[in-house]
Amino acid sequence: MHIAEGFLPASHAVGWTVAAAPFVVHGARAVTREVRENPESTLLLGAAGAFTFVLSAIKLPSVTGSSSHPTGTGAGAILFRPPVMALLGTVVLLFQALLLAHGGLTTLGANAFAFAVVGPWAGYGAYRLTRRLGGGLLPGAFAGMVLADLATYVTTSLQLALAFPDASTGLAGAAAKFLGVFAVTQIPLAVGEGLLGVLLFRVLTVNARPELERLGLLSPAPLPAPGGAA
Amino acid sequence: MNRRSLATALIVVAVVALFAIPLLLDGGTSEYGGTDAAVAEDLEAQGYTPWLDSLFNPAGEVESGLFALQAAIGGGVLGYVLGRLRGRRPAQEAATPGDAAA
Repeated sequence: MHIAEGFLPASHAVGWTVAAAPFVVHGARAVTREVRENPESTLLLGAAGAFTFVLSAIKLPSVTGSSSHPTGTGAGAILFRPPVMALLGTVVLLFQALLLAHGGLTTLGANAFAFAVVGPWAGYGAYRLTRRLGGGLLPGAFAGMVLADLATYVTTSLQLALAFPDASTGLAGAAAKFLGVFAVTQIPLAVGEGLLGVLLFRVLTVNARPELERLGLLSPAPLPAPGGAA
Repeated sequence: MNRRSLATALIVVAVVALFAIPLLLDGGTSEYGGTDAAVAEDLEAQGYTPWLDSLFNPAGEVESGLFALQAAIGGGVLGYVLGRLRGRRPAQEAATPGDAAA
């Protein structure tokens, strides 16, 4: 989902930067507020950031014969709501733009909008919908992680289509072309990411139950059933 | 092996299989080029010239190293946090005996 440095026309680069900036600023305030008001959240915030950091560093092979990055932004969005990920995700992108020549400063706005704004919100929406429909935390985490990943790549495809509409088939043709490159490759990766998310939340339900209850992800246990929490 | 560890093992196997099977099936014919690079090449083939290059463009081996560094930092922090969270448990469990089977 990294649009490379210099690959968006200047007007698009500026437009996406302006679009993403308020989310990132709001996200920075959400992170500082969370740390100030709930210092015990710092550990889990670190886990959410670290999870994206690892996953977006790894290129995974897909059935299409291409490889691509997972995103890992769904976990933090589910734990702390999406604004927090607008900041954490942008930090990851900045690291990759400056040190790895992946993405770029001129495309940071567009990439942040896809990776740190749309992805987390889509994942959070899928998580909330799953819970609303009666699904538990783990199915919700799975749906949230998968959707955060897929939505990021769909957004990138649409951003590229907007910048480079096809000469004959226009916007729709270009969108189909870029989705063909990104979205199909991404499906198995998104499923894998969903499974990793389930593993993460399984660990957290055992080891961070008080935090998950405070964040509203789990309802408090009725009474500590002796020997029951297996 | 209780049901919980069995489920964990099955999920781990599923994740590994999901990425190992494509590698095995194609018998090493695919290059597994990155999708990001594929799009960039496609645009350049259409005649688009990027108007800015990355400020710092690490050579291939250095780039792999820096990607590994990114994963290592993330993995290290994640392990530290999960370890600390896990470390709180024995103290709690000591207070409620009868839940020794982890």
